[in-house]
Amino acid sequence: MLTIDQATYDAIVAHARRDHPDEACGIVAGPEGSDRPERFVPMVNAAGSPTFYEFDSTELLQLYKDMDARDEEPVVVYHSHTATEAYPSRTDIGLASEPNAHYVLVSTREHGNNDGPVEFRSYRIIDGQVTEEEVAVVDQLPPRSDP
Amino acid sequence: MAIDVRIPTILRTYTDGAKAVTADGATLSALIDDLESTYPGIKDRLVDNGDLRRFVNVYINDEDVRFIGGLDADLADGDQVVVLPAVAGGAR
Repeated sequence: MLTIDQATYDAIVAHARRDHPDEACGIVAGPEGSDRPERFVPMVNAAGSPTFYEFDSTELLQLYKDMDARDEEPVVVYHSHTATEAYPSRTDIGLASEPNAHYVLVSTREHGNNDGPVEFRSYRIIDGQVTEEEVAVVDQLPPRSDP
Repeated sequence: MAIDVRIPTILRTYTDGAKAVTADGATLSALIDDLESTYPGIKDRLVDNGDLRRFVNVYINDEDVRFIGGLDADLADGDQVVVLPAVAGGAR
């Protein structure tokens, strides 16, 4: 199950709406091993495409160096589909390379840049196997168990 | 010659979980061969048909190797190599 706070959820949805009809992408980082998505990091889609996303390679390196310095990992890797359902495509599955991450898919196909409900779904993608999981949106993440 | 190589999570199955390893080579290609001799199978995850895989990024001292010669990029003692899989996908 993915547990995510409302503000981060809203930020992901807002990013997807803003970038529609292109795909939006980014991560939510959190302390290594904590499974807590705490730090929202929207990324530029270097592909600038309605059907593909890719982090810019220089920004990717900077992102991972920042996470390394903070003992973080990508807890959530998100992107939007803008004309299809919020389910991982074959490309998504083939390129998924963070076995510890929750892969969040948002679909803006219904309302585009406008307000209205969006599909927001989460998956584990490990060795080509997709497992959908429940998403729990909470006001705030519970306090950390180990201070 | 000792070159520090940062290994991404997905490839740590080859390095017994190590986040960073030390390897040797005057070029990126030689370095990857040296890694392969210690961690069999890792080369295939980095190289395909004699080229760096499209969705694997390798950096030497923070420079994307695609801009500095790819597999032929030169290495020197003390260089730092970072391997990062692309974060990419899409509906296509």
